[in-house]
Order: sequence, then structure tokens, then C-alpha cells
Amino acid sequence: MTALLLTLLAPVAGAVVLGMLSSLHRAGWVNVTACAVSLAAALWLAWIVAATGEISGLSFRVDAFNVYLVVLTTFVGLTTSIFSRPYMRHVCDSGRTGTTGMRIYHAMYQGFMFTMLLALTTDNLGILWVAIEGATLTTVLLVSLYRTPEAVEAAWKYFILCGVGIALALFGTVLTYFAAQHVLADPEAGLTWSILYENAGALEPAVMSLAFVFLLVGYGTKVGLVPMHQWLPDAHSEGPTPMSAVLSGLLLNVALYALIRVKMLVDGSLATTSTPRMAGYLLMGFGMLSFLVAGLFLHRQRDIKRMFSYSSIEHMGLMTFAFGIGGPLATFGALLHMLVHSLTKSAIFITVGHAAQIAGTQSIDHIRGLIRTQPAVGWSLLIGVAAVAGFPPFGVFTSEFLLLTATMDAQPWLTVALLTGLAVAFAGLFRHLQPMVYGAAPEGQQPVAANMLPVYAHLGLVLWLGLSIPGFLARWLDRATELIAGAHLL
Amino acid sequence: MSIAELPLLQQLVLVLAALVLFTSFVLLEQARLVAAIHAFAWQGALVAAVTTVVAASGQGGHLYFSALLTLGLKAVLIPWMLHRLVQRLDLDGHADSLRRPALVIMAGVALVIFSYWLVLPIVEQELSFTRNIVAISLAVVLLGLLMMASRQQAVVQVLGFMSMENGLFLAAVSATGGMPLVVELGVAFDVLVAMVLFGVFFFQIRESIDTLDVDRLNRLTEALENEE
Amino acid sequence: MDHLLTPTAWAWAAVQALLYALLAPLLAGWIRKCKARLQNRRGAPVLQPYRDLYKLMGKEVRVAHTASPLFRAAPYIVFTATWLAAATVPLAANILPTAAIADIIVLVGLLALARFFLALAGMDVGTPFGGMGASREMLVAALAEPAMLMAVFTLAMTAHSTNLASVIDAQLGAGLVLRPSLLFALAALVLVAIAETGRIPVDNPSTHLELTMIHEAMILEYSGRHLALMEWAAQIKLVLYGVLIANIFVPWGIALSHQPASLAAGLGAIVLKLAILGAVLAAAETVLAKMRLFRVPAFLNLALLLGLLGLLGHVILEVGA
Repeated sequence: MTALLLTLLAPVAGAVVLGMLSSLHRAGWVNVTACAVSLAAALWLAWIVAATGEISGLSFRVDAFNVYLVVLTTFVGLTTSIFSRPYMRHVCDSGRTGTTGMRIYHAMYQGFMFTMLLALTTDNLGILWVAIEGATLTTVLLVSLYRTPEAVEAAWKYFILCGVGIALALFGTVLTYFAAQHVLADPEAGLTWSILYENAGALEPAVMSLAFVFLLVGYGTKVGLVPMHQWLPDAHSEGPTPMSAVLSGLLLNVALYALIRVKMLVDGSLATTSTPRMAGYLLMGFGMLSFLVAGLFLHRQRDIKRMFSYSSIEHMGLMTFAFGIGGPLATFGALLHMLVHSLTKSAIFITVGHAAQIAGTQSIDHIRGLIRTQPAVGWSLLIGVAAVAGFPPFGVFTSEFLLLTATMDAQPWLTVALLTGLAVAFAGLFRHLQPMVYGAAPEGQQPVAANMLPVYAHLGLVLWLGLSIPGFLARWLDRATELIAGAHLL
Repeated sequence: MSIAELPLLQQLVLVLAALVLFTSFVLLEQARLVAAIHAFAWQGALVAAVTTVVAASGQGGHLYFSALLTLGLKAVLIPWMLHRLVQRLDLDGHADSLRRPALVIMAGVALVIFSYWLVLPIVEQELSFTRNIVAISLAVVLLGLLMMASRQQAVVQVLGFMSMENGLFLAAVSATGGMPLVVELGVAFDVLVAMVLFGVFFFQIRESIDTLDVDRLNRLTEALENEE
Repeated sequence: MDHLLTPTAWAWAAVQALLYALLAPLLAGWIRKCKARLQNRRGAPVLQPYRDLYKLMGKEVRVAHTASPLFRAAPYIVFTATWLAAATVPLAANILPTAAIADIIVLVGLLALARFFLALAGMDVGTPFGGMGASREMLVAALAEPAMLMAVFTLAMTAHSTNLASVIDAQLGAGLVLRPSLLFALAALVLVAIAETGRIPVDNPSTHLELTMIHEAMILEYSGRHLALMEWAAQIKLVLYGVLIANIFVPWGIALSHQPASLAAGLGAIVLKLAILGAVLAAAETVLAKMRLFRVPAFLNLALLLGLLGLLGHVILEVGA
């Protein structure tokens, strides 16, 4: 419990300190420190969970499923904060934002981390909602940080769409609570996930399926599922790059996590009805649609960050699809994919941030010859894109391979669609990537001060996961799989 | 159980809920900004009244507190903040009428029917007399959505958003007799923070495009990008 | 319902219809008096409308030479249709043979008939004012009628009958029930009544000179007894709507038998209700200003919306499982 509280309180303390701190130089370091403390506590927490199975109390619940996301969140949070320190100083020096903006940025960064961690660890569906809405509120000012018309527009879109979506999710939560009141002895506990899960079989199926539709649309907006994805490319492309990295690498995961938790309840409730897999089919449908549409949209992008945000939609669609299939193999694959996608995508966004600084623009047509100008950035981008496109020997390949196998098992004819989608996305990415990395560098293009350590760490991990999944991690994911799918894979 | 068999107090709840729905339509149609804010304040007050009467008719407990919260937040604080923002933005006399009022109203009526159809499984549960209001509250949520879709003015969109939240509060009260206190406080806090941020955004939008017609925020469309 | 169709009952129905015709100018006078008082004027005596009608009856009828026979027939048709419509609405007693054979849809139809001939007569002479008034009247009617029907259906669904007497019976039988649908239906009916009887803010009954007038523009060419009949029909229509609203939404006091005592009580009750309604109308007309004509559709759309919401509210909120 101490470890859990420390994980949660480190960002809170960080946010408070950063909100008052006026020194820019120190703020960057405080940001890193808070993230580091949180990561250390998260690792401690993971250790305890590995030893005891699960921790619950004070309406928190940490089990194998969410503890791995907690560690992932704090880890990506730390590496991104390391990247953001020099990057944001560069932004500040170039006059795109002032000291107030920087103070907001740092405080909100920690606030965002807190809401993410709270959403992951809470056992209460209501608090989960509050935390995910809080995540929108903390990031929306960051998206408009540069105050350009585009940034303001992106932030407004983000705010309104996610606000509306999340409002529908609250309606779904209310319906869940309503269903619980018929079943539970203590109606006040009607939002506690663990208790609901134990009694899932007794929840009224008609109400729960209605609730799930609302929750799917609501949290699905946050996941970036097509057709509720409109906000995502805008918010990613117009916000500061560290923000894009954490939005893509973490926020989408957390929203998906919320969806999966709810799906577990609905599956329990619908188990004895004539449509036991309704929730799964809905997830598969939305997931497949997002996967294919985003793959096609990759081709017509002109902005590098926009392009990679469509790639995020594509991968979130794939994971949603996999969770929809259900079963141990698909679930294991989806969990692994969540992990490797977060690591790869945040590495890519960090690299893209540097690339955009080198070229002075985010337009794909004007980013040229990265390998010549700054080999570290160029190679990282190349390797990162190769990894995210599913090349062996990277971890994404492993997880996508698992997902394909699972699809072959469950819905063989969908494998074709899946393979086509992967090929389309692959072509879309490489078509734009090739000139950016290899093309002739414009006259006078200078390298920038870049801290590539986070990128190396992420890509190294992804490579490691592709070559061999360490035993402890496999067991860990297997336990999470057991929680979600009800059966071991290994 | 038809309405005539209910105690008078519970009949009053239904009447108030119907009035909440009516204010949603008024909001949908209202052209003048200040009048729309007033309509929104009335809606908040009505939701608070529903909560109070539900509490008085037997649910009791922390619902009184939640009624107070709704009243303070939705009927006083947020309308006041919006009013002040509108004054500071010199939008007092601003009015923009709906482009196709009849169509929008018909769409609104269709949404009411749709939400009734949607929540039928709940109505069949027969838990308490308020279950019929769930359809009304969903309709208020969807009407807020319609309002945001049919209006282009930023402040009006915020009103639509907030009226969606009103619908959610009403849903929580009518379907379940109120959410647990900690959740309700969390939601109220989120709404308040959202309102402050909306205020910040009004100024940012005005600064960047000189108007609050979010119609004009159209730089980031897929189509435009290809032309560049 | 057979017991209603006895000769005595018909006699009472005839008395009631006569009462409508006799009471109508009184209500008009009362509203005028109230308005005058509210505007700090002494105003004409309450009985002034009777004197006006009497005077007009005795005057010579002048008819434009372009007028067709329709122009001469219209006042009689309009008056008869309106009066017949009024006869179907229970005034002091709820046992009425006319109400038994003619339900609320017939009432709407009779009023539409009267309006149709009024509009034709307005256009008949060919003066610009008449045509303008007629076209405006039809605009208002086209919007008000659906709203009225919507409100009427709400009532019918609540009472499971379109028969006015049954609706009132059902209201009395249920006791005090707060029905959201009735609230909306009432609001819709009030708005429709204001539009249909040409009161502020839709039309101004006390002016002849504004370009915005509706009703007065149509009867501008009439004189003598024709004009008297037209005016009288308008006054009956006002009473009709007043009684409709008063007896459906506040039915208490209406006589349920032919005992003289209860009939007297019923008469007293309805006179009191009408007096209150008239005073409220006068107050509202003093406070409100007439709206521009192209705002009228919005006003009536509101009535339609209220009617619709009443209907939906009935289905959603009141028909419990």
C-alpha cells in the first residue's frame, strides 16, 4: 500500500512543486525526479504484487493486469521527461512559449501522470471516469500551448469531442451502477469493480449491454477508435512533442484499459444469454474499422506527427480487435502489443520531435536527409518505424504474429483483412519515411542538441522483447491474461 | 403503476423532470446568448429541485447534499461565470439563430423518442417511480449533443456541453438515487475545472481567429491538407 | 350515452348554447374594463358590447358592389359554425347531448369551417386589406391547428376518449393529479387560444389602423348586422376557448346532474373562472407588446412543441409498466 501511495503521490507533489517553481532550469530536473520516484515506487509495487498476487484497499486494486501498465506508464513518463527537459528549453528559447507556459507545462505533465496512475489503480468505476476526464483537462491546455490558431483549434476539438465522449461514458457508468443496485446487498458498493466482477453473472444483461454501448463510445473516443478519432491527429500534431509521446504511448492505453475492465463485467453478465460475446464483437468491429481506416489515412498525410498519430490509431484498433477476439492467445498478444507499441511509439515521437527541430518544420515534404545531418536521429527514426511497422526482430513483430495466429484460430477469414491492413500501413509509412531519412539534406541544415538516451532505451527494450521475452515478464503477462481471458496461455 | 397512483410528491418529480426536458428545447432554440445562459441556469435549478424532491420522497440521505451541490454549481456558479465571461468578451447582445429551427426541433423530438426506445429495458425493471425519468435524462444528454452539433458559437457549445452534464446528474438521481458521494464530488470538480478551462479557451480562440464562431476553426481538416 | 339524448337534456343543451351567446359580449366587456383599469382609465361600462351589438343590428347594411352572394352569406355561416362549436363544449353542466354526439375533433372542424368562410369573405370584395388579413389568418391557422390537435390528442390519451364530457369526467374522477402532459397541453392550448382569438401578442383586437392587423382586416368591409354577427362570433370564440381551458384543466364546480342547485353552482363556478381568466388575459395584454408578424410562426411553433412534449411526456412518464 505504501508503494502504491508513493507511486500516486510523487506526481502530485511534483505538480505542486512545479506549479510554484519559477526557475526553468530546475523545473526540468524536478520533473525528471518526480517521474523517477514514481517509477521506483511502481517497480516496488510490481515486486509486491508479484509476491502476493494483488493489493486492494482504500478503493484501490492493483493486480497483474494493471500493475504492468503502471510500470509502463511511469517508465515512459520518466524517459519522456528526460527528453522533454532539453526539448522544452529549446522551445522556450525559440520563443514559442513563455515562462508561464513552461510552468503550466511542467505542472500539467505531472498532473497528467497522476490522473493516468489514478485511473489505472482505482477500483471504483466512478473514480476511473473522473480520472480519465481529469486526463483530458490536464492535457488540453498543453495542446494549445503554442497558441497558434491551429493549436487552439486542435485543443478545442480535443476538449469538445473528448468531453462529449466521456459524458456518454458517465451515462454508461450510471447504468452499470443501476444494474448493480438490483444485485448487491450494499448498493453503495455498486461502482466497485472487484465486487461487481464477483457478481457479474447476476447483473441484468439488457442494462449491461446498453451500458457497454455507451461506455464503448465514451472511452472509445479516448482510445481514438474510428469514427470518434477526429480529435486525435490534431491534438498529437499541434501539441508539444513530449505531449504527443505520452498521449500516444499512455493515454490511449489507459482508455483501452478502462474499456477492457468494463468488457470483463459485461462478458460476465451476458455469459448465460443468447449473445454472450456481444461486447467482444463490438470491440472487434470498431477495432477492425479503426485499423483499416487509419492504415489508409496514413498515405495522405503531410505532417509527420499527424502521420504517426494515425499509426497510433491503427495500432489501438489492432489491440481493440484482439481484446475483442478474447481467448488467452489473443489477449496475451494484445497485452504484449500494448507494451511494445507504447515503447516504440513514444520513441518515435521523441525522434520526430528532434527531426522537426532539425528541419524547422513538421511538414513531411520539407524534412529531408536526416541521416546525413544527424545520423543518430535518422537511424533512430528508421529503426523505430521498422519496429512499429512490424519488422522482425522487434517486439511488435512478435505480438502481431501472435495476434495473427489468434485470428487464424478464431475468425480465419479476418486474417486476410488483417494482413492487408498491415501491408497498407507498412507501405504508407515507408513511402513517406524513405525521402525523410535518405533524401538530400537541404543546404545549411544543422544538427540539434538531442538526448537520444530514452530512444535507445525504448528501442533496445523493444528489440529485446522481440528476440526473447524474459521469463518473469512472460509469467507476468500470463497472469494478466488469466485475469482477463480466464485461462492461462503458457 | 400509472401516475395517478403515485403520491403527490412523486408526481411533482415527474412534472419537474418534464420541465427539465422543456428547458433543453428552449436552450436548443434560444438565439440570444444571455437568455440561453438564463435558460441553462433554470435547467440546473430544476435538476436540483428534482433531486431535492426525490430526496424528500424517501431516498433521503446524501441526496440533499447532492441537490445543494447541483444548485450551487449548475444554477449559480457556472451561469455566473458564463455571464461574466460573456460580458468581458462583449457578447451581451450577441444572438445567432438556428439555421433550420424546424429541422433541429424535429430532430430533437426524434431524439426524445429514440432515447425512450433505448431505455425501455430499464423501464421494464420496475425499480422505483423515477425510472421513467431515465429516458428524459438521456434525452437531455442527447439534446445537449444536438445543440453542440447544430450551433457554431463557442459559448453556446459550452452551454450544450454543460446541459449534457445536467442530463447526467438527472440520470444518476433518477436511475440510482444518486452516485456515491466521492464520485459525485469528483464529477463536480471536473465540471468546475472544465468550466474554468473553457473560459481560458474563449479568450484563446478569440485571440487566434477574432471571433467565437468555431465554424471558422477549420484549418485542420484532411481535405485542406492535400491542397497545401 | 343514450340517457343524455332525452328531450330535457336537449332543452338544457339549448339553454346552454343560448348562455354562450348571451355571455360572450359580457366577457369582452369585462376584459376591456379590466384593461382600462390597469391602464388607469375609467373605461367603458362592462355592458358596452351589448349596446354596440344592438346599435349595429339596427343599422343599414352597405355592401360593396363587387361583393358576391358569398359575402352576404359569410356572416351567418361564421356565426352559426362558431355557435355550434360552442354548443359542444360543456359550460355549466357536464351532461350535454351535443357533447355526446360531437367530440373535440368536430369542435376543431367547426372552428376551421368558420375560419374558412371568414377568410373567403375577407378576399371576396377584393380590397388589399381583406386579402392581406385572409392570408395572415390562414398562416396563423395552418400553424395553430396542428398545435391544437397535438394538445387535444394529449388530453384524449390521458382520458382515453376524444369526447369532451368524458375528458372532464376523467379529470374529475382522478382528483388532483400532477400530470406533466397536462401542463404542456395547457400551455399549448393557451398559446393557440391567444393566436386563434386574435389577442396580443399575435393580433391586436382594439385597432383598425395598424398594417399588422389580422382579424379586423378581414371584416373591414362589413357593416350593420353583418358586422354585428362577425363581432359576436369572435366574442363567442373567445368564450369558447376560455371555457375549454377552464373546464378541462380546472373542472371543479361543473354540474354533474340537472338539479337546479348544482346547475346554479356550475354556472357560478364557470362565471367566476371566466372572470379570473379574463382578468389574467387583460393583465397579460397590458404587459406584453404585440410581436412582429414574422415572429408569429416561432410563437406557434412553440405551441406545437409544447403539444408534442405533452404527448411524449404522457407516453414516457405516465404510462408506467
